[in-house]
Amino acid sequence: MRRVWSGQAVFMGWASLVALGVAAPFVVYPVFAMNVLVMALFASALNLLLGYAGLLSFGHAAFLGSAAYVTGLAAKTWGFGVLLSMATGVAVAAALGLVFGLLALRRSGIYFAMITLGLAQVVYFLVVQMPWTGGEDGLQGIPRGKLLGFLDLGDSFAMYFFTYAVFLAAFWLIQRTIDSPFGQVLRAIRENEPRAISLGYDVQRYKLLAFVLSAALAGLAGSLKAIAMQFATLGDVAWQRSGEVVLMTLLGGMGTVLGPSVGVLLVVTMENYLASLGSWVTVITGAVFVVMVMAFRRGVVGEIQALLSRRS
Amino acid sequence: MIQALSGQLLLGLINGSFYALLSLGLAIIFGLLDVVNFAHGAQYMLGAFLAWMGLQYLGIGYWWALLLSPLVVGATGLVVERVFLRRLQGLDNLYGLLLTFGLALVIEGLFHHAFGNSGSPYPVPELLRGGFDLGFMYLPKYRAWVVVVSLGISLGSWFVIEKTPIGAYLRAGTENPRLLQAFGVNVPVMFMLTYGFGVALAGFAGVMAAPIYQVTPMMGSSLIMVVFAVVVIGGMGSILGSIVTGIGVGLVEGFTKFLWPEAANVVVFVLMAVVLLVRPAGLFGRQK
Amino acid sequence: MMNRIAFAAALLIAAGTAAADSKVSDDVVKIGVLTDMTGYYSDLSGPGSLEAAKMAAEDFGGKVLGKPIVIIGADHQLKADVASTVARKWFDEEKVDAIADLVSSSTALAVMPVAAEKKRITLLSGPGTTAITGDKCTPYNFHWTYNNWALANGTGREVVKQGGNTWYFITADYVFGKSLEEDTAAMVKAGGGKVLGFSRHPSPGTTDFSSYLLQAQASGAKIIGLANAGADTINAIKQANEFGITKKQNLAGLLVFISDINSLGLETAKGMYLTTAFYWDRDDASRAWSKRFFAKMKKEPTMVQAGVYSAVTHYLKAIQAAGTDNSDAVAAKMREMPVNDFFATNGRIGPDGLHRHDMYLVQVKTPAESKYPWDYYKIAKVIPAAEAFPPVSDKCPLVKK
Repeated sequence: MRRVWSGQAVFMGWASLVALGVAAPFVVYPVFAMNVLVMALFASALNLLLGYAGLLSFGHAAFLGSAAYVTGLAAKTWGFGVLLSMATGVAVAAALGLVFGLLALRRSGIYFAMITLGLAQVVYFLVVQMPWTGGEDGLQGIPRGKLLGFLDLGDSFAMYFFTYAVFLAAFWLIQRTIDSPFGQVLRAIRENEPRAISLGYDVQRYKLLAFVLSAALAGLAGSLKAIAMQFATLGDVAWQRSGEVVLMTLLGGMGTVLGPSVGVLLVVTMENYLASLGSWVTVITGAVFVVMVMAFRRGVVGEIQALLSRRS
Repeated sequence: MIQALSGQLLLGLINGSFYALLSLGLAIIFGLLDVVNFAHGAQYMLGAFLAWMGLQYLGIGYWWALLLSPLVVGATGLVVERVFLRRLQGLDNLYGLLLTFGLALVIEGLFHHAFGNSGSPYPVPELLRGGFDLGFMYLPKYRAWVVVVSLGISLGSWFVIEKTPIGAYLRAGTENPRLLQAFGVNVPVMFMLTYGFGVALAGFAGVMAAPIYQVTPMMGSSLIMVVFAVVVIGGMGSILGSIVTGIGVGLVEGFTKFLWPEAANVVVFVLMAVVLLVRPAGLFGRQK
Repeated sequence: MMNRIAFAAALLIAAGTAAADSKVSDDVVKIGVLTDMTGYYSDLSGPGSLEAAKMAAEDFGGKVLGKPIVIIGADHQLKADVASTVARKWFDEEKVDAIADLVSSSTALAVMPVAAEKKRITLLSGPGTTAITGDKCTPYNFHWTYNNWALANGTGREVVKQGGNTWYFITADYVFGKSLEEDTAAMVKAGGGKVLGFSRHPSPGTTDFSSYLLQAQASGAKIIGLANAGADTINAIKQANEFGITKKQNLAGLLVFISDINSLGLETAKGMYLTTAFYWDRDDASRAWSKRFFAKMKKEPTMVQAGVYSAVTHYLKAIQAAGTDNSDAVAAKMREMPVNDFFATNGRIGPDGLHRHDMYLVQVKTPAESKYPWDYYKIAKVIPAAEAFPPVSDKCPLVKK
């Protein structure tokens, strides 16, 4: 029964996602929409690890940020094209993910989270120290350039639809990964690791693969951000960013396909429209998390799904 | 060189004893309640602010603040445990972390709204002004006081938890709360008091810090990550581990400030990652 | 070169008159105050800057060229991405004509190219980097209150003249801190002084400065230069007192605001030298304005907040004079007209967009010298505009062409 329902839901989900995304730049401000998309991709990348492999990384900003900086460097200083710059950024994030994964996956639970945090702090430190990153001023004025040499991304609409296309592709990839045998094994590991081991799976390799994939996707979000926003800043590598994305994912509902994006949309919208309230934004954000933990532990999407499946 | 180094060593010890005091509260809370108390920094700030408000509005001096402020902070801790944390027992400790993180945002936001960002100075108490000339450096009396008191409180708490019957109950409560309940101990109240005590320690550290650092709403948030790292290095939940590691981290940081100041903040995290890779459960933690 | 500038200015004016019939776009002159409402700089800019801009609009009569003046505000949270997103939204959707404040260099540098692309004015009060009027300069940008060069020059050069010829720096390890340190060190050396060493601390995130202070003490330097800002500076000063360092050595804060002095207290801050663009108690005009500001904010204005008022007023005057809010015409007028108000006397704006005006080297009073609330500074020297700011930078592309 659940199977049928989720098949429908997936179709509905995709249809509404596409419709919403196409309509978005005409309804809301394109830069705002791009920001939401980038963060949603980032949160979905984290969710792949947190929601499906049960691994809480507290250092994901390192992938987002390093990819953003490298993409910026490639586009601005080396004169690479948009796609090549982004690919460079993603490659660096994936490589970094491999290093993080090899070290951190030797531990689990809260210790795993803390090692990723520690390593991410080292990345932050390196970014501050390296001369080309511009320190707290960030890497400014990254050119958007022309996609494949003809589509001028300087236009906000063109940039938005490019961002959206990348987002959809990545989202599709994540969805496919989750539904693939690989995804099934990940879930099996999350549910019961010893059993997965006894079934003969090389658990470490699966986890590492998931980690690198998640890091690469987070890097993709970072690369996209660098091109869309035209700068990379320290905020993107700071631990607060890592914490923020975990919170947004949980708010939306971890382990659900749409959850992270919904969480991002809620938080970014809230911050955007309450910005004039000053310190009250902090208070309200805090209160939202308290209420969520006390009353909606599955997150927004998780609660809705639970409600629907109870009914059907 | 030797002179300069011994000065840095002493400063490292001072900061370390302070880390010990802060991480002790965190370690107790984690060890007994399995709660990662992200609000610790905010509660530390609350302690400092209560001391400042007491002086500003009620004329309550440092010495009374040292007693009253932790009590008030501890009392708010009791409420937090009773209203929120108790309902999260048995769940993944991720939720406790999230909840306390949310609370920290609320507390810090409210204080920010009321007092702005630059904060206020708190005077060093009359009795502890001035300092000693040690030859290699000038040691303010107040800093000496911080070391003595922090170490005293830390070791005292360790002694109570590890060596007395009360402590034995507490430890038993974490291992098997139902069994302890069967023995007629009111376990929920015990947990509530434990959280209150851990939080009161944060408030106490806040009062201790007030004369040294500017009292600002964000004073805790910049410290909390380092203190977390200390607890993890020591082995989450290990009381002695947090004390020893607190001092150790203070010393390592002191050396780094001397040799490579730019890296003073990151060295703690490098240390943490290395320790966890070599000793999975931290320096003093037990592997489960 | 002068000829070329004059020619460029003439061109701009010509462009301005040509567009003058459009008068006021969207029938409103909207000024956005984009600032740090909650972070490190919220006390020295933040809500106070927004209030200052509102006062400027009210004092102008609420209308310019018969159209209403609207002031709005937002928090950039000290994040470059937030700042540029808000700026784009303001320009594209809310018809904002000019953005004021932009405290912290990273947010200013992020917003300036956006504003230039959309041909809107930026009135910077708070950011310090000299790149703003150097290689990053834009034709629509005005750097109003101070820059790092002016601070380094004021404090560095003057303190050396007064005998403080050996220095040790405690520097925040980021671009702002390092550039402030380097600029000041150059001034110190140029004046015949010596730099004995420096410690660079991570920022934000450093609360204990005793280690660095001890190294500064051991260096034996007469002056300890604090190349940091906000909470870092406050904690460093507090702890310098605690360790008895201020008895033998003097501190020089390279970026200190009156809000910092107020939160430190005179007992701790006394005797310190610093450079400021504005002091509320300087003359009758500054006192009169500050009194009105105080009535609203319950604190005396910082130089950043006073600078926002001055910049917004000058902008409105330029609209009046140009007869349009067309940015090219207004920018040309702003460069053409001298600035004379309670904030700046005989201020002039160069082709690079830098507002050059008198700066003040002040010394913080002792508690005994202070007679009434906020009586904090003695003016040690007025640094005339010509010496207070750097010459027009040839790094700025606007100047070359």
